[in-house]
Amino acid sequence: MDGAGVETKFELRIRSEWCKSCGYCIASCPKGVLEFSDELNARGVHPAVAARPEDCTGCRTCVVVCPDVAFEVFKNGSE
Amino acid sequence: MREVVREVVYQMPESLKPVVTHYCSGCGHGIVQRLIAEIVDELGIRERTVGISPVGCAVLGYDYFNFDVSEAAHGRTPAVATGMKRARPDLVVFSYQGDGDLAAIGTAEIVHAANRGENITVIFVNNGVYGMTGGQMAPTTLAGQVTKTTPRGRMPEDVGAPLRVPEMLALCDETTFLARCALNSPRNIRAAKRALKKAFQYQVDGAGFSLVEIVSPCPTYWGVEPLEALKWIEEKVIPRYPLGVFKDAAAAAAAAEGAGAEAPAG
Amino acid sequence: MAQNDGDRTLMCGNDAMAEAAIRAGCRCYFGYPITPQNEVTAYMSKRMPEAGGTFLQSESELAAVNMVFGAAAVGARAMTSSSSPGISLKQEGISYLAGCELPAVIANVMRGGPGLGSIGPSQSDYFQATRGGGHGDYRHLVLAPSTVQELVDHTILAFDLADRYRNPVMVLSDGILGQMMEPVVIPDEPETHEPAKPWALTGAAGRAPNVVKSLYLDVLELEAHNRDLQAKYDRMERDEVRYETLEAEDAEVMLVAFGTVARICRSALGALRDRGHRVGLFRPITLWPFPVEALRATRERVRAYLVVEMNMGQMVEDVRLAVEGRRPVEFYGRSGGAVMTVEQVVERVEALAAREAASGEGAS
Repeated sequence: MDGAGVETKFELRIRSEWCKSCGYCIASCPKGVLEFSDELNARGVHPAVAARPEDCTGCRTCVVVCPDVAFEVFKNGSE
Repeated sequence: MREVVREVVYQMPESLKPVVTHYCSGCGHGIVQRLIAEIVDELGIRERTVGISPVGCAVLGYDYFNFDVSEAAHGRTPAVATGMKRARPDLVVFSYQGDGDLAAIGTAEIVHAANRGENITVIFVNNGVYGMTGGQMAPTTLAGQVTKTTPRGRMPEDVGAPLRVPEMLALCDETTFLARCALNSPRNIRAAKRALKKAFQYQVDGAGFSLVEIVSPCPTYWGVEPLEALKWIEEKVIPRYPLGVFKDAAAAAAAAEGAGAEAPAG
Repeated sequence: MAQNDGDRTLMCGNDAMAEAAIRAGCRCYFGYPITPQNEVTAYMSKRMPEAGGTFLQSESELAAVNMVFGAAAVGARAMTSSSSPGISLKQEGISYLAGCELPAVIANVMRGGPGLGSIGPSQSDYFQATRGGGHGDYRHLVLAPSTVQELVDHTILAFDLADRYRNPVMVLSDGILGQMMEPVVIPDEPETHEPAKPWALTGAAGRAPNVVKSLYLDVLELEAHNRDLQAKYDRMERDEVRYETLEAEDAEVMLVAFGTVARICRSALGALRDRGHRVGLFRPITLWPFPVEALRATRERVRAYLVVEMNMGQMVEDVRLAVEGRRPVEFYGRSGGAVMTVEQVVERVEALAAREAASGEGAS
């Protein structure tokens, strides 16, 4: 809940088929939201997934470091 | 009545085509391209931007950027950019080059485009190796670094020491903005974006020649995992290639003007 | 420097070529000094800004052709000029221009070679011009003027042809033509057609992005691209052949020459005809496409060909190909900046005619 009484939640969408598993996002996320998935994508690598999406603060560090533009970030509020 | 409101915090820039690139895992080109696309969108110049792809891993830039792009012969990009900008000064022209393209085969072209103060933006991606051709020595390969053509490590007494381009170009009077950044941390990437944005803004303002060197990881030909490549940049590359702004003639001119305006009359 | 207001003016070839380019709508000239075409850079440096265009002395001939590439890519009429060694430097750029299908005009004011050679005139870049000194399967039109007026006309034509085919076009001059002064008429507004260029990189406003490239990593794609290019070159071969004949109808010995050497041969014709020889002159104007059919058609009457060039024997190979071994083709050349005299050509023709007459007596 933010100060105005609006519930805010950040939503990460990861294009896991584009992810090349470089690990930059996982190493850079200040909240430890991201992890390598146990699954393999079609490229044969473990893409990043949001393991703890509720901890995302929308800081966009994952966006900044990702070479493959795999991240989209949304802000869902309710009023 | 509670309504869900959804806001986009970040999505694919309009100036990038929504395709996955051919670049290796952890390659810096993907980051630099994205930064350029974001800047072009933010400055609202997509419809008058023309990029020039180098010869090197980034040659396929025209498959990724969502604006007009040309190829150029290896190293000749600054000359191509000169021809474009002189013919159509209203276009925003940028040259995107790797270390072989700019600092080896294209040395004459970059020096003279810089020396003439061409009103263009040059993005110099320095990853210390020739990726596309399989990992040979680049002018910016570090002393002692092992590459395909320096199997015993680069020996400066034989092949020279790593070249530092923006420092050299700062000797050219007509250059405007010369900087070096790196991609090894979120903080440095954000700084790189600020430098690149300035380099584009200066062209839009007609302020002259800008070159931003970006120290970039090449995990494949450095033979390390991507995260290790970022450590290599921090520990080995940046000491030889210090980050910072080597010249900002536009800012200096603005400051001088500002100071002049504040000086008392008479 | 002579200003021309549509009347005849005395101009040297290099100046006239530069002025003609500007009148044809060229607004970007990039070049590097090299003898014997330094008048071009000097002329352009003065006139191009007056015409509202760009003149830039580039850091090398290599840079100049790449500046032309850039200007052409954004839709401008652009030109560079040089002389033999500098044209060697431009070959990479010419290959890229052809591969990317960009229009451009490249003028070569030929001098002695190989290597640094000499600053005297020559015709020793025929192979380089017609066989494509650059890499890959490409062709470009080559125009070979033999008077300063033709140099003017061909320069204007070159811009049209370059735009028509989206291809580089070469104007092949030489050190004599570049330096000599002749009366010329350069139209104030020549008839020139600059087509729309929807492919040009003018900024992706209201359209999908354009790409200028020659790289096709997919094998079949590159093959298809090469076939398209070849189809274009076939159209050039079909539609753009130019040549001239003089007194060829009853010729038994045919002189074949281009450029300034054709003028010498023309003078030799007069002397030879006076002495009763039936000699004609076949003058290719487009060196590529070479006027194969027209030359081949002369085989009926002609008994022998004498190809005269300021080189060690280059166009003679195309003449032999056209003649297909059906008639003897001989060669007379001077090199190193030396220019044959009319008398020397006359002597050679007379000797050839005599040999032909002698061998003819034994033939059925």
